[in-house]
Amino acid sequence: MNVHAKTFNEAARHQTADLRQRDWIQKALAGYYAKRDEFKNRFQSWSGARDTAAAVKWEAVNHLDRYLDEFASRLEARGTRVFWAPDAQAVRDYVVGVARQHQVRSIIKSKSMTAEEIHLNDTLEQAGFEVVESDLGEYIVQLRHEPPYHLVFPAMHLTRQQISDLFQDRLGSESTDNPEHLTMIARRVMRRKYCEADMGISGANFAIAETGMISITENEGNARLTTSLPKVHVAIVGIEKVLPKLSDLALFLPMLATAGAGQPITCYNTLYGGPRQPGEPDGPEEFHVVLLDNRRTELLADAEQRDALHCIRCGACLNVCPIFKNIGGHSYGTTYQGPIGSVITPHLRGLQDWKHLSQASSLCGACTETCPVKINLHHHLLHNRRNAIQARPARFEKLVQTGFVFMMRRPRLYEWAAGIGRILQPLQRLVQGTVLDPLRAWTKTRSFPPLAEKSFRELWRKRKKL
Amino acid sequence: MTNREIILGRIREALKIAAPYPTFHDSATTTSPLPASPQSWLPPVGETLEEQIQLFRRNAEDLKAGFRECTNANEAGQYIKELALAGGWKKIGRHSGELTDPVARELGLPEVRTDGGYAVNDLESCDAGLTECEALVAQTGSVLVSAPSAGGRALSVLPPHHVVLARRSQMVPDLTVALQRVQEKFKDNFPSFLSFISGPSRTGDIERILVLGAHGPKKLTILLLP
Amino acid sequence: MKISLFIPCFVDQFYPQTGMNIVQVLERLGHTVDYPEAQTCCGQPAFNSGFWDEARAVAERQIAIFQDAEIVVIASGSCGAMVKVFYPELFHGHPRETEARALAAKTFEFSDFLVNRLGVLDVGARFPGRATFHDGCHGLRELGLKNPPRQLLQHVRGLELVEMKEAETCCGFGGTFAVKFPMISTAMGEVKCASIAETGAEFVISNDSSCLMQIRGVLERQGKSVKTLHLAEVLAQT
Repeated sequence: MNVHAKTFNEAARHQTADLRQRDWIQKALAGYYAKRDEFKNRFQSWSGARDTAAAVKWEAVNHLDRYLDEFASRLEARGTRVFWAPDAQAVRDYVVGVARQHQVRSIIKSKSMTAEEIHLNDTLEQAGFEVVESDLGEYIVQLRHEPPYHLVFPAMHLTRQQISDLFQDRLGSESTDNPEHLTMIARRVMRRKYCEADMGISGANFAIAETGMISITENEGNARLTTSLPKVHVAIVGIEKVLPKLSDLALFLPMLATAGAGQPITCYNTLYGGPRQPGEPDGPEEFHVVLLDNRRTELLADAEQRDALHCIRCGACLNVCPIFKNIGGHSYGTTYQGPIGSVITPHLRGLQDWKHLSQASSLCGACTETCPVKINLHHHLLHNRRNAIQARPARFEKLVQTGFVFMMRRPRLYEWAAGIGRILQPLQRLVQGTVLDPLRAWTKTRSFPPLAEKSFRELWRKRKKL
Repeated sequence: MTNREIILGRIREALKIAAPYPTFHDSATTTSPLPASPQSWLPPVGETLEEQIQLFRRNAEDLKAGFRECTNANEAGQYIKELALAGGWKKIGRHSGELTDPVARELGLPEVRTDGGYAVNDLESCDAGLTECEALVAQTGSVLVSAPSAGGRALSVLPPHHVVLARRSQMVPDLTVALQRVQEKFKDNFPSFLSFISGPSRTGDIERILVLGAHGPKKLTILLLP
Repeated sequence: MKISLFIPCFVDQFYPQTGMNIVQVLERLGHTVDYPEAQTCCGQPAFNSGFWDEARAVAERQIAIFQDAEIVVIASGSCGAMVKVFYPELFHGHPRETEARALAAKTFEFSDFLVNRLGVLDVGARFPGRATFHDGCHGLRELGLKNPPRQLLQHVRGLELVEMKEAETCCGFGGTFAVKFPMISTAMGEVKCASIAETGAEFVISNDSSCLMQIRGVLERQGKSVKTLHLAEVLAQT
């Protein structure tokens, strides 16, 4: 077992034993379900919306070269610098380069999972720049030196008390259990940062090919401030974020809000098409858009799982996943959590190293059912499992499976084996729960049923005789 | 090879194999024309302007934005004066415009005009930001602003109370029409900034509890003029 | 109608009574039931673990055994999904693809068969008690069977059916997942059992024996008195 799988198992074991935390996550999500359903039901047809959204993303991703080129050309025509980044290092080098060129001292950042993915903050800090996360949840986990817990709600695992203690400790603020007061503390800190920062870094939710704009969705207003006041704005955009037309947003913005946060629409949905244009009173002098590949083209090349690139990063699959709810976001040990993370991480970071995420699922399908763009998430977990075995079958498991096939193709052998099982079962009962128990993985926490005295086929035969 | 060529090359190589058109399970896959416009699926909007205004009002209320129909600019000015009094406003930020000019005169408060540029610290200390807009969207209760219609990027987000002046003719039924209007108006020469604003700023980051007033304005007031 | 039974391996060995209950109900409705004795397993354990060649080796035997069957009724949602949904994928591009699809088309999970194929909602059952229903994920999401079990249970005389909050949440079985990630599996089972307890039901019913194995496993360790029942067992009572 590789180190990532071991870490995952330990983290999962630890988290599932923490009943208080499990309860907490369930509570945190309860309000979301009700709101999500309320706003889904306002659609004339949510399933029709999903069909259209899936079709639009299919069009975008399956003609990605065309739309990406159009997107970049239009941006460049209006003064934006477009940097095509084949991998994470290229982005890191580029952004540090831009920061140095502009003699930047402080950087303000709005939420970007893509920037998380490439560990941009660490690189910038090591290069001597101050980087502050402006999104409240991201700011909180930044202060705690931990990664985001959830794609959309980075600090959902924390109580207000923990956040208050954190602010008291790191910012010297007064203790409070009022979420509004806690928010105002962060607001006061950030206001200074927005006004003083030399560079703003953002992500993007969508990249509109037709008009050469990025679209950023947020509730807090921190992304708008991050991109309005500093003189340089750098946006890190995964290549798969493309939408063909501006009009596509009319569908995607409400769907993203409903599925992701149980809102009819997110507070701010902002389109950026260039640096400050002539006649505009403010805005950055320079606007850079970094288009990130970082192995997305490998996922693209897997036609069977290509639809995983349709993901709009809404987080709905995390919100319904019973595995996520019981092990929490940190257990995954990687940027993208939950079902989508389990599907794409083997592609982005290596199949053999990360296949365990695809294995740690009961394949219940709640993720696929909820995905606004109809990604076949749980089936892709099966596909990853198959691919991992085809590339490198684990010797022991291969032996077991070969034995399984041998037995199941021979009904008399199968019956004989079941008969042996009946004889051995009382012995198993004797050692149940100890290290000698072959069923220990089950019996440690659950009772195991006895083999029936007579199997169905035996009962059937008896019946036929009568 | 440039990075652009490398990435586009990878993409073209990858796309040589076709991916099935979206379906569930493995029922027969066919390519078909893209389904109908989102207007078929999204919540219905009334037929008449009046219905749309009422829908906007309801949505704005749900979003905790203030909404008021005014019979004339004078009434709007009076109402904003009341807001200024209640809020203890000492200084406002605004841009010049057909609707903002008379209201600002009426208010008579010290102001920071963003037209032609401004000092960030000046705008940061304003108690309110007064802007116009591109459109109001009935379906979502949103205000569409742009750099030209709202005095730049920061005016509508930095001061703690954002006040919007709009005309009835600016009410559009849904996001589809709003985006169409924008494309028709600007053609290829878009402003660098457009934003759909749906309520005062908020966050759900603490225990997933909704808190109004995060980094953006804590209050949003929309005034509809004839 | 002549109905061929597909009895999953674990129903055969652990819950044969469930199989017998299905026979009882189908015969009560006037049909002839057949059980091809050469059958063993649908192949899902190999399939789910990623061993698709091995799964095919087991599955093609099952396909051949049921070649001449008119209608196949299968006793579990998860094996039903394996045959109806995954056999076509497993045999895609394979010489046996046509036969695989043919079997998929004529196979039905038990409640699906009664309600959607026979159009029967009332099987003349009587089972007094307060019960809640657990939706097995495969039956629910792969086969789309939210309503048929409930419609059947609504016609059972004396049965009070209450819905639990987490009816559609996975119980945590998931095949080999239950033993490969036992702590996560158990946590999920605990959530399910807490939801069952909230309803005050004396019984929890499901149309998937593997889910019932998991749920009973957790309930017994918790010392809870709630009994687990397969849908067929309830419908067989008169």
